[in-house]
Amino acid sequence: MTLLENIWTVPVLPLVSWVLITFFNRRLGERAATLGTATVLGSFVLSVAAFVALVRHGAPVSSGGLWLSFGSVELSMGLTVDSLAAIMLLVVTVVSSAVHVYSMGYMHGDRRYQRFYGTLGLFTSAMLLLVLADNFLLLLIAWEIMGLCSYLLIGHWFEEAWPRMAAMKAFMTTRVGDVAMMIGIWLLFSRTGTFNIVETTKAVAGGQLSLAMTTVGALLLFGGAIGKSAQFPLHVWLPDAMAGPTPVSALIHAATMVAAGVYLVARSYGIFLGAPDALLTVATIGGFTALFAATIATVQTDMKKILAYSTISQLGYMMLGLGVGGFVAGAFHLVTHAFFKALLFLTAGSVSHAAGTLEVHKLGGLGKKMKVTFWTFMVGGLALAGIPPLAGFWSKDEILLETFITGHPALFWMAVLTAFLTAYYMTRLACLVFFGPPRDKHVYDHAHESPRSMTGPLVVLGVLAVVAGLPASPLMGKWLVKFLDFGQTLPGLMTGAGHTLAAGGTEDGGIVLPIALGAAFLGILIGYTVYGTRQIKRESLIRAFRPVYLLLKNKYYIDEIYLAVFVRPAVRLAELCGIFDNKVIDGAVNGVGNATVAVSAAAGEFDNTVVDGAVNGVASGTMAAGQRLRRAHTGLVQSYMVAIYAGAGVSLAVLLWFLFAR
Amino acid sequence: MINPSHAVILGVLLFSVGLYGALRSTNAVRILMCIELMLNAVNLVFVAFSRLRPEAMIAGQVFAIFIMAVAAAEAAVGLAIILQIVRQRGVVHMDKINLLKG
Repeated sequence: MTLLENIWTVPVLPLVSWVLITFFNRRLGERAATLGTATVLGSFVLSVAAFVALVRHGAPVSSGGLWLSFGSVELSMGLTVDSLAAIMLLVVTVVSSAVHVYSMGYMHGDRRYQRFYGTLGLFTSAMLLLVLADNFLLLLIAWEIMGLCSYLLIGHWFEEAWPRMAAMKAFMTTRVGDVAMMIGIWLLFSRTGTFNIVETTKAVAGGQLSLAMTTVGALLLFGGAIGKSAQFPLHVWLPDAMAGPTPVSALIHAATMVAAGVYLVARSYGIFLGAPDALLTVATIGGFTALFAATIATVQTDMKKILAYSTISQLGYMMLGLGVGGFVAGAFHLVTHAFFKALLFLTAGSVSHAAGTLEVHKLGGLGKKMKVTFWTFMVGGLALAGIPPLAGFWSKDEILLETFITGHPALFWMAVLTAFLTAYYMTRLACLVFFGPPRDKHVYDHAHESPRSMTGPLVVLGVLAVVAGLPASPLMGKWLVKFLDFGQTLPGLMTGAGHTLAAGGTEDGGIVLPIALGAAFLGILIGYTVYGTRQIKRESLIRAFRPVYLLLKNKYYIDEIYLAVFVRPAVRLAELCGIFDNKVIDGAVNGVGNATVAVSAAAGEFDNTVVDGAVNGVASGTMAAGQRLRRAHTGLVQSYMVAIYAGAGVSLAVLLWFLFAR
Repeated sequence: MINPSHAVILGVLLFSVGLYGALRSTNAVRILMCIELMLNAVNLVFVAFSRLRPEAMIAGQVFAIFIMAVAAAEAAVGLAIILQIVRQRGVVHMDKINLLKG
């Protein structure tokens, strides 16, 4: 109980690490890593305790109080631990701890080692705060701090141009969504008078807002989620964000920050439930993004980029799950995905650490040399592909099931196709990197297994990627589903769809499981035929689908379109403004400047001639007078005496004249 | 019969002699002596006027006493200055001493 009321300790611990590392940067040195890891592990322990306490307590616990009041408006700010938040706390602290430990090996000897750990601490703190925030304002603050950390960490190696540009792109692109989200928050605030999420939800459920207003508000909130979770059409920043260090990609751009968008939708689910059109938009964009990104992932050649597109695709999956009404399915996939995608990124980091490159066509046969990395990658990859009984299978199946039974056939088949493609590109990646003959002898000879500090977190996450799905599986009586169930968090708000799972019935969804498994195995089979046994030549495939290949290879030319539609016109507008600035504004300013110079020149002339003339004239007149008068000073005392007596005589004469002559 | 007006006339004469000597002589000591003469002439005139105007009580006599005291001080200071000038510059003639010439 007391811990749940003092839940602020969880986000504050990593914040302390950030403050200390910022202030004692030099003095801490390598110990910054120990400090950062210790605080995050502390948060993890507290999160476990909080989770246990919440399960015992059985109802959400809020803490906090009045933040400020102006006029009749009173703003409260506080933290809430409910089932979703408690699980997210566990996910964030586990992945963050793993990344902290992993980075000790991966970032060893880095120029900005302490800064890296400091920013990781700040990020973890912000993410935990976002998870716990009970109102939109606090959530937005944490949301923006995460954006800042993402920017700093993508641009960690800012000496090179690429990370610099990627950091800028990530920041600017997410900003587009953030603006929409901010407008949405203020819109909802203006109608309900509160930032509190539960109260806003109650207001929506109570019919205080018109349907149109709810829809607009929900869509604007979803705009923020689109930016942060890299959904189409704002997905372009995430692949470029891979310019950052790999542990950062694992923590921020796979497991936590990009999931914040999904979390936002889940958190404000009550608002979305009041606006079916908004919910359908979420599902459509999610489903489309899932398929769209999966197709791009099939032809990418950079290991991290493949994983990045896979992340976009899986985030789309979560959105789809939420959008069709499967609150638990979406949130559940968020949890399992965090574990196995972080794992996959960390194995990619391990590969790049060992081989020095992530270009898949230069790798190959690494499975023999890097046993731990290989096996953990296989676990993560199979989990992502949705092979039972690994974590990804349970959560993916739930989403497919939800989509099917709520009657969205188009979205359902898109999701199935995505599942097929996911299995395919993961098989392709595994074959190219770990199986087959080495393609680059030099890289292969150079490769070696990573140090213990890197493989340790891999194993931990690998175990989690296996077991994380079990709590929601029928094997454990769908315990997690009941725990997470939205209806339990916000009583009396559930409308239909989400309940089907909670009730435990698959209804007429029995056909979904074979379809999902079939798609996954078909994907693996085709992938293995092309890249494993090479019975189908890769080159002939490319030749056969050349236009499609080029389209995918160039990521549907989205970057080029954005460059032409947004970036170039913006630059051109800036140039025009620059010309206007140079010519008109600078002209006016320079004109004023020149006029001032002219006036002051005239004033200076007046000063030099008239005023100085007068002053000099007085001075030289005085000098001339002095020259004349100096002759009076003979230096002879007696001549002065004569003058005195003459003066006295004259005075006497005048006096006498005044006294007597008149 | 000698009356105070004779004393006044004598005082004027003595003053004129002193003034002439002070202006014309170049020897510093002699100038000092002439100044003393002028002071004493003034003393004489004060005392004479004191006698002429009894309603002013003895103000003139008091002034004479004052002037004597001041003259003594003046003579001491003046002689010391002249002594120093002679020591420093080796001359006692005032027409040679014109450092403050403008």
